Amino acid sequence: MNISPRETVSLRDYLGPHLKGRTISDGRELVSLTNILGESCLGGRLSELSGRSVLLAASDQLISGLAMIEIDGVARRMLLAPHDLDAGHVSALVADAGIDAVVTDDPAQWREVGIALVVAARQPTTAAVAARTERATEWLMLTSGTTGVPKIVSHTLAGLTGAIVADGPPRAPAPTWATFYDIRRYGGLQIFLRAILSGGSMVLSEPGETVGQHLARLAARGVTHISGTPSHWRKALMSASIASFSPRYVRLSGEIADQAVLDGLQRAFPSASIGHAYASTEAGVGFAVNDGLEGFPAGMVGRSDSGVEMIVRDGTLWIRSTRTAHAYVGKDAAALRDAEGFVDTGDMVELRGERYHFVGRRGGIINVGGLKVHPEEIEAVINRHAEVRMSRARSRRSPITGAIVVADVILADAAGDGNKIRDEILSNCRASLAPYKIPAMIRFVASLEITAAGKLARHDA
Amino acid sequence: MKSMSVRLKIFAAMKQIAVEQGVTLPPLEDDLRLHETGFDSLGFAILVARLEDELGIDPFTMSEDASFPLTIGDLVRAYEHLPA
Repeated sequence: MNISPRETVSLRDYLGPHLKGRTISDGRELVSLTNILGESCLGGRLSELSGRSVLLAASDQLISGLAMIEIDGVARRMLLAPHDLDAGHVSALVADAGIDAVVTDDPAQWREVGIALVVAARQPTTAAVAARTERATEWLMLTSGTTGVPKIVSHTLAGLTGAIVADGPPRAPAPTWATFYDIRRYGGLQIFLRAILSGGSMVLSEPGETVGQHLARLAARGVTHISGTPSHWRKALMSASIASFSPRYVRLSGEIADQAVLDGLQRAFPSASIGHAYASTEAGVGFAVNDGLEGFPAGMVGRSDSGVEMIVRDGTLWIRSTRTAHAYVGKDAAALRDAEGFVDTGDMVELRGERYHFVGRRGGIINVGGLKVHPEEIEAVINRHAEVRMSRARSRRSPITGAIVVADVILADAAGDGNKIRDEILSNCRASLAPYKIPAMIRFVASLEITAAGKLARHDA
Repeated sequence: MKSMSVRLKIFAAMKQIAVEQGVTLPPLEDDLRLHETGFDSLGFAILVARLEDELGIDPFTMSEDASFPLTIGDLVRAYEHLPA
């Protein structure tokens, strides 16, 4: 490692010509990471970004990833713009983050926005001078909320990579990582950083690609480690192409991993290790559970020896660690941590025996005549039926109780006996849910909407 | 005989919900009070939602001043008096 002044570590410290055969690829391009430090995707203009607050707004993930490697340690701040950033939010975000430079593959569009410096990003070419790490760059990310201007969350590279460093170096051979996430969001960035820190390679997702095409490309590129949300995985498990893919490690995060999806993945990948991780843009990586069971051991709460402290307040999980974000950024930014340094995750848990189980988002509760229902706990029961691939419980307005619960279900075989399956699902629900949580109606659907962040869309939340 | 079919559909939906909820329904007659059916508010909420899907109307949401009926006869009339 070439450690720079004051031992500030940046991404370039994990790259170098001694690690052969490393690549980063999407559905169209493959770029060598082995010699990347001798190249620039900014046309040699990196020095102009020194000390600036940079908006990284490239249309594709490959250029974004290469630009992150180059800009980290040079710019003061780097705000990662997801590909679906709402143009109407740009001016508020630029003002709140004090943006004075933009790196983009569409310079013409950005010259009109009024940012002082616009630097074009493109496929890497040989660089005249080697870049040097000057400072610890502040990493800014956007929360993935569905309404209003997203919040800007501030991280450091040390915080973002805390869980990766704690896991220690991976066993040889170096992994080839892939993720269904976009690497400009927290879940995807974690995987990109794992690929960089592990000395391995990275296979990116590609917009517009079908699940079948994506899985075939993952197999062809020899992907060994892969992550996605339970919704991503439920979709992948519906594809026949899953049979040609055999990763060594499969990771779920971003939504509740119920027993059905964990079991489904273990059946699809009998020799793989299946783990589910808890992380969020604000709270950082909390923990990973690798025993194949939903929920997590109760003993993990209240401990402080792992560097991550978790407590349960009024049924909600709070996290304090060096991996949480530091603050929300902007003039009207709320506090991200409480006085003791804990971050409110908004995720509700319930102790059942020796394990805590996630039951749902505090903001997503359905109120049935004054009784509280988490759609996620109903979905977990519905998903236990062998013929169910995916489900969504949601609120339906009622003049009697304010709301009732209904469910949309995707079946493994659309030609199956719907009435028989519906009766069996309802019977499972009656056996394990209170009456007001049992869906009043079950509708069979061909698909369910997944958000850009890879989560089941919940419009009634 | 539109009115008869609406009545039968309401009764069929009530019998189905009674089975699901483990409720023993008394004989459904016009002067039976709804609180004597054994249904709780959740049972009626499910009934109204299913009838909206089947008949295309929800008389208790469509009308601002609709008060919930007291008897089976009132309930059936609430549906019969609205165009589907």
